[in-house]
Amino acid sequence: MNDIAFLLNGTPVTVSGDSPTRTLLDWLREGCGLTGTKEGCNEGDCGACTVMVTDEQGTRALNSCILFLPQLHGKAVRTVEGLTGPKGELHPVQAAMVEHHGSQCGFCTPGFVMSMAVAQKNGATDHDDQLAGNLCRCTGYAPIIRAAEAAAKAPVPRWIDDAPERAGGPAPYAPASSDELAAWYATHPDAVLVAGATDVGLWVTKQLRELPEIAFLHACRDLQEIEKVDGGWRVGAGVTIATLRRAMEDPHPALAELLRRFASEQVRGAATIGGNIANGSPIGDAPPALIAMGAVLHLRMGHVRRKMALEDFFLDYGKQDRAKGEFVTAVTIPETVPALACYKLSKRFDQDISAVCGCFSIAVEDGKVTRARIAFGGMAGIPKRATAVEAALTGRDWTSATVEAALPAFATDFTPMTDMRASASYRLEAAQNMLRRYFHEREGSPVSVLEVTS
Amino acid sequence: MSVAKPITHDSGQFHVTGVARYIDDVPLPANTAHLAFGLSTVAHGEITSLDLSAVRSAPGVIAVWTAEDLPFANDVSPSIHDEPLLATGTVHYVGQPIFLVIAESHLAARKAARLGKIEYRELPALLTVDQAMAAGSRFEGGPVIWTKGDAAKAIADAPRVVEGRFEMGGQEHFYLEGQAALAMPAEGGVIVQSSTQHPTEIQHKVAEAIGLPMNAVRVEIRRMGGGFGGKESQGNALAVSCALVARLLGRPAKMRYDRDDDMVITGKRHDFRIEYRAGVDDTGRILGIEFLQLARCGWAMDLSLPVADRAMLHSDNAYNLEHVRIESHRLKTNTQSATAYRGFGGPQGMLGIERAMDHIAHQLGLEPLAVRKANFYADMPDASGGSISAKKKQTTPYHMEVEDFILNGLVAKLEASSAFADRKAAIAKWNAENAILKKGLSLTPVKFGISFTLTHLNQAGALVHVYSDGSIHLNHGGTEMGQGLFRKVSQVAAASFGVDVGAIAITATDTAKVPNTSATAASSGSDLNGMAVKAACDTIRDRMAEFLAREHQTVPAKVHFEEGKVFVGGDEMTFAEAASRCYMGRVSLSSTGFYATPKITWDRVAGRGRPFYYFSYGAAVSEVVIDTLTGENRILRADILHDAGASLNPALDIGQVEGAYVQGAGWLTTEELVWDDKGRLRTHAPSTYKIPACSDRPRIFNVSLWDGENREDTIYRSKAVGEPPFMHGISVFSALSDACAACGPNYPDLQAPATAEAVLAAVKRARGTGQ
Repeated sequence: MNDIAFLLNGTPVTVSGDSPTRTLLDWLREGCGLTGTKEGCNEGDCGACTVMVTDEQGTRALNSCILFLPQLHGKAVRTVEGLTGPKGELHPVQAAMVEHHGSQCGFCTPGFVMSMAVAQKNGATDHDDQLAGNLCRCTGYAPIIRAAEAAAKAPVPRWIDDAPERAGGPAPYAPASSDELAAWYATHPDAVLVAGATDVGLWVTKQLRELPEIAFLHACRDLQEIEKVDGGWRVGAGVTIATLRRAMEDPHPALAELLRRFASEQVRGAATIGGNIANGSPIGDAPPALIAMGAVLHLRMGHVRRKMALEDFFLDYGKQDRAKGEFVTAVTIPETVPALACYKLSKRFDQDISAVCGCFSIAVEDGKVTRARIAFGGMAGIPKRATAVEAALTGRDWTSATVEAALPAFATDFTPMTDMRASASYRLEAAQNMLRRYFHEREGSPVSVLEVTS
Repeated sequence: MSVAKPITHDSGQFHVTGVARYIDDVPLPANTAHLAFGLSTVAHGEITSLDLSAVRSAPGVIAVWTAEDLPFANDVSPSIHDEPLLATGTVHYVGQPIFLVIAESHLAARKAARLGKIEYRELPALLTVDQAMAAGSRFEGGPVIWTKGDAAKAIADAPRVVEGRFEMGGQEHFYLEGQAALAMPAEGGVIVQSSTQHPTEIQHKVAEAIGLPMNAVRVEIRRMGGGFGGKESQGNALAVSCALVARLLGRPAKMRYDRDDDMVITGKRHDFRIEYRAGVDDTGRILGIEFLQLARCGWAMDLSLPVADRAMLHSDNAYNLEHVRIESHRLKTNTQSATAYRGFGGPQGMLGIERAMDHIAHQLGLEPLAVRKANFYADMPDASGGSISAKKKQTTPYHMEVEDFILNGLVAKLEASSAFADRKAAIAKWNAENAILKKGLSLTPVKFGISFTLTHLNQAGALVHVYSDGSIHLNHGGTEMGQGLFRKVSQVAAASFGVDVGAIAITATDTAKVPNTSATAASSGSDLNGMAVKAACDTIRDRMAEFLAREHQTVPAKVHFEEGKVFVGGDEMTFAEAASRCYMGRVSLSSTGFYATPKITWDRVAGRGRPFYYFSYGAAVSEVVIDTLTGENRILRADILHDAGASLNPALDIGQVEGAYVQGAGWLTTEELVWDDKGRLRTHAPSTYKIPACSDRPRIFNVSLWDGENREDTIYRSKAVGEPPFMHGISVFSALSDACAACGPNYPDLQAPATAEAVLAAVKRARGTGQ
């Protein structure tokens, strides 16, 4: 196996002999003595371990606690120790954080300054979204935002310019194309495929699982493209949520807004659309939206390719229509989707897992519902279409009375469960009320607390 | 002078560069052992079989210990010795440590800790307050009851009665740095570094566990990555474990909890049920009121008694109650042992009466703020003989005279600055125009008692050295957890010597430098340690002044320390020159300092006395919006006016207020702890337990400090600020209730935390369509 080679704070490093599931965080702290990067939760939910990663696609903030070393091959990593200039000069976000009293206990601070430095470098000023993946328990965030605003216009220091060279050898544990992957996976069907590691990472850090054979997908560049095809876009399985969100802002703003609330900046920069679908979670946020949109899933095993309506992929809890050795290659998203709305309901608005995610596309012509596609996450063991509700609407007048009459059908479609996120009865009621909300929203009534100001 | 200036946190530069060191960042000797606990998987049961062979044979395991392997005290309780480090036959909650794994790495220890094969004979588990009440499972025998006047008669005679009952959830501290400790073997003892708010308690428990006197144990802590009360007693188990390994195996040992372990093992804020019954007149004035407080304390006593006491002590909040009865049950359940958390019961007690205020207003059809104001204590004249005065002596339900009340004036100022009345009207109009979304607005006050209610804890020590080059070394018994204590205390020291704060070296809290310290808790850090440091500094300064005066044939009163210089008669010299001359003149340039809070006296059994030196005050206005279809909600604006006395550092104090408000709002909104029917905590990581994120803070967030000073003689007339502003979060809960009430004619009976689900249920109750 090849060495893993990358730039660390501007200096080339090579790693060999380590487990492929050694996390960057552990390696930095235990292996390099770089203890500025902190472990807060070890599951990608607090951001204390945030580092800056640069490759040819740009600079991203990522959670180092669920980032495996092989994923860094050929990239540049910058930690808080490398944010300060060669003569000890503070980066503008560091100086602003001191000046604006943005640190109290200081433990989350290195993660914050790394997220802020990435945003500052990229010219991003949507601070709440940029920092949604960084938790602070002391400050109430107000001074941190003041610091981010103050530093936004400062020149980006030259010393954080990282231009990673493509490392000499191929990436370890990583097929270089989908053809290579298909050939290898067909003969290693029990292997674990790792794309962004935002889910598999937790198998290692929390479940303490020893993974069998493993293949990283980040070198399959042909899986990372969004291609315009007739009637839509073919989105490669390796496209990150961040990239998809940007691509969908124009054609499908409702989907883009849902993806804005998909985990956090650090997770969206690593997680892929293929991973979000293939892991079959009933509470992944992309599948209900894509099902409502009428997306088509593409799979491949060896040379055999097939496609299916996305909803048909999800068979039962933990069970998908995917053969051993078969993998997701792409999802096709239609160009036009009538009146799409996506409603994510969670305990916290940002960086939370949905209790219920309801997505609606209801076509109305001459006052009548001509077609309804409604799908939910969090309401069943799989992301699932509300076929009974759809039937109760289709062909009827698009009126409040029709909506009310359709509500009992939710109980036909769904028998949700009670867990730590919500009770079964609340889930059912909220799902029904999302249809009401959809109706009111199309009528032009204000329905989103996120759009109200004092 | 260095006090009252908005100087940045002393560690700001270290924080932002990653240089600030926490326990887990300390470079380790090569043979350091790493520890992890094997945990109980049942809520209550007898261990019938304990097979640890797979643990022992796991890779990297050095040793595995159970209770039988502990040579001395098997106890980490901060109170009544009811909390074994490792379980002895019976387990009392899911997550209780049963065995200790000692391994070559943190990961090896974690992996091995999951391999124990343990069988239990399960016993009935008490998980809820109802189950505990039915079983009579309490600490302290029966309930604690405090009375003033005759509440029952006053309620019976009152024209109207308002009564209710509600639940409020607990709260996970979620300090970003988890619990951690590190111990080094030393000649004749151990040296422990612990992420603790209470180094002396660590020293005490470690000494008991290794069978040596306290002088054999030295405990040090430079900083914590957050504490919030969660590191007052909950670090004992880790420090004791590390010290035992250091002592018995002669190896350095480190232990840090993985986040999930931390949340499963350690205690949290007490959840409460509160019932209230108030007799009121037509203006909403409370004529008599009774409270029943049920506190779910968990399996061991920990600090539950003073927590429950403080809940009782704040059941009046800002209101003058003539006839009041408070009954408090401290219920023992098979859950984590609930512990200290910012406010220490105060928030729960205060929420009880604030909720009653909203309920009274709703039932009487009055504006809640009018009801609140009708019940306020009277403002008291300050030292300058201000114009407002109470007609007669006013006392709390525990018979303490309220001498420093300022909330009438403070609330009037906040009403004006927040345009409360105009916004209330605008919101009513907005609500009439919006069917799906509803807004709410509320102003709630805070009066919070300052002092440890265990009177002897109100003491502090300091140790200050001036070196012959004029540099100053500062040490005291307080611990730094982010609140900026070290900065404030360094400002005090700099003021004494008339030097820049940069001349003061701030050093780690160390039981070898200052002994017998109290926990840095109860908001007392700067009050107590600031005074102790001032005493030490003034002692040295006075010695210097005396020597220099003698040298210059003048009197000490003519020696002044200002701007890094010392002025003696007509002469001047740098502080460094002065220090050097004093050294040459054989003047002692080192001193301890000590402080004990005056005036306080408290009989907790009778519920009478003066438990608090003074009160801190403040008020908050929150505006919220709710979605009546899903219950989703958010804060739109907050206006806070807070009393920090003559602030030692306005920037740090405003930082405390902003952070406390958001943390308090989190407690009452998104932060929901969920246990299943087996007593397993289901919310044990940030994926499931949701503290506020960046976008949850109010977009408009106006925080100001009240322009006043402490009427008591505290350090530069400042006031404590750690806990009081936490309770400004109550205004969010009250505003949410107000928004729910805008949905229908009925009282919405909102429960805490006001998750989206709880808000939707309240909306339905308001409309009469729910239960």
